[in-house]
Amino acid sequence: MGRPQDLLYSKEHEWVRVEGDTATIGITDYAAESMGDIVYVELPKVGAPVRQFGNAGVIESVKAVSDLFTPVSGEVVEVNDALENEPAAVNSDPFGTGWLFKVRLDGGARPAGLLDANDYERLTAE
Amino acid sequence: MTTDATLRQTALHARHLAASARMVPYAGFSMPVQYAGILQEHDAVRHRAGLFDLSHMGQFVLEGDGVAEWADGLCTNSVAGMKPWQARYNIFCNERGGTHDDTIFYRLDGRWLLVVNGANVDKMWNVLQNALPSSGVRLESLHGKRALIAIQGPKSVEMLAGHVPVDIASLKYYFCTETTVDGVPALIARTGYTGEDGFELFVDGDAAAGLWENLLLRHASQGLEPCGLGARDVLRLEAGMPLYGHELTEEIGPIQAGQNWAVKLNKAFTGRAALQSQVERNDYRRIAGLVMSGPVPARDGYAVYFGDRDAGEIRSGSRAPSVENKNVATALLDPALTEPGTEIAVEIRGKRHAATVVPLPFYKRNK
Repeated sequence: MGRPQDLLYSKEHEWVRVEGDTATIGITDYAAESMGDIVYVELPKVGAPVRQFGNAGVIESVKAVSDLFTPVSGEVVEVNDALENEPAAVNSDPFGTGWLFKVRLDGGARPAGLLDANDYERLTAE
Repeated sequence: MTTDATLRQTALHARHLAASARMVPYAGFSMPVQYAGILQEHDAVRHRAGLFDLSHMGQFVLEGDGVAEWADGLCTNSVAGMKPWQARYNIFCNERGGTHDDTIFYRLDGRWLLVVNGANVDKMWNVLQNALPSSGVRLESLHGKRALIAIQGPKSVEMLAGHVPVDIASLKYYFCTETTVDGVPALIARTGYTGEDGFELFVDGDAAAGLWENLLLRHASQGLEPCGLGARDVLRLEAGMPLYGHELTEEIGPIQAGQNWAVKLNKAFTGRAALQSQVERNDYRRIAGLVMSGPVPARDGYAVYFGDRDAGEIRSGSRAPSVENKNVATALLDPALTEPGTEIAVEIRGKRHAATVVPLPFYKRNK
């Protein structure tokens, strides 16, 4: 799967799409693949504040529970409710219908401490 | 893929890597936890067939005139009563009635094979060595030398039939035979850990990779798939089979785990007095099946409540494709709560989630 070039990535394998002051967040194909078949996603509540690299929820595969971290700080403005019935979308379309939640960025600035697509490619090729 | 130099490799290691299996440390070996994915592998075993590398499991050969009588003093089920070429589930207990290991004995031609859990190989070797009589019993370990490949699923008979010179369909459940597979000497047993029909093939490590490749090559079109330990765990949980370290531990004995059928209290064995007392008191926490009402899976170690009262602990939990895709779990529960239909709650990340007690197994194949 080719990874979108216009996204930012975290070392914890989340992706961020920044549009204006809003960031859409998901996990990468690499993360989804290594977790295996995802059966349950617990997302933060709309209105909740999240802090960069802090805990934002839980992703469960058939066998394992993984923490979900947020790559940006801000206020949660939307979550992907469709994942309640279709958590497998995170596996099948991690950069599309498998998106997780949206955050209104603190200060509206481009988030720091993240990787571009090339750097993330190098990280996962190691 | 990370490789850890301290981990042992089975004879099939190169095959797993070539198939891009995800490898994890398990029982001192680098083992495949999944190939295509747990759900796909689970589906293959329930509807077609799956191939498993179980070479990490311990294989001990017991020889001598005194084996059956000696072994009967160490484990809960009868060894002496086994017919030639029979296989039998058996449990080794500690003095407190907890479990050292759950195993399978195979009675061969003048010898016995004992298969123990991979995680318990060293412990079980010591248990046996420390109990060895001065004469009449010889003990040898084939651990890491002889491979173990399981083929499991409704199509395993038709798939295996063309590879063996005997009528494999007529081999009875929990019996075994010494024959060949693709010309390679093999012990074949009609045993498994998935709740499906199937066979376990004991072959020399040097022959394992060729056999594995050939089976996959010849039967991929019929749906045979390599399967990892992840799918195996889901399959065994659905089938209500205990996994050592979860439903059976040094603290959880066979009566608590509902394996009473494999405990013969009318013979002398290590732990018998403790188990007898448990049966008489009937007040012990015991393993029960749970089905979660909602979408959140219960996991090993989560607390179970009945009202506000601590009622037990989850021992295994998973999404169960063969149980209407619900989340199922086993729990070590207060005896008063094990009646099917009892409503209890599982605490998951600080919140209570409703669950219902159900009979085990969760899944039973149509025979």
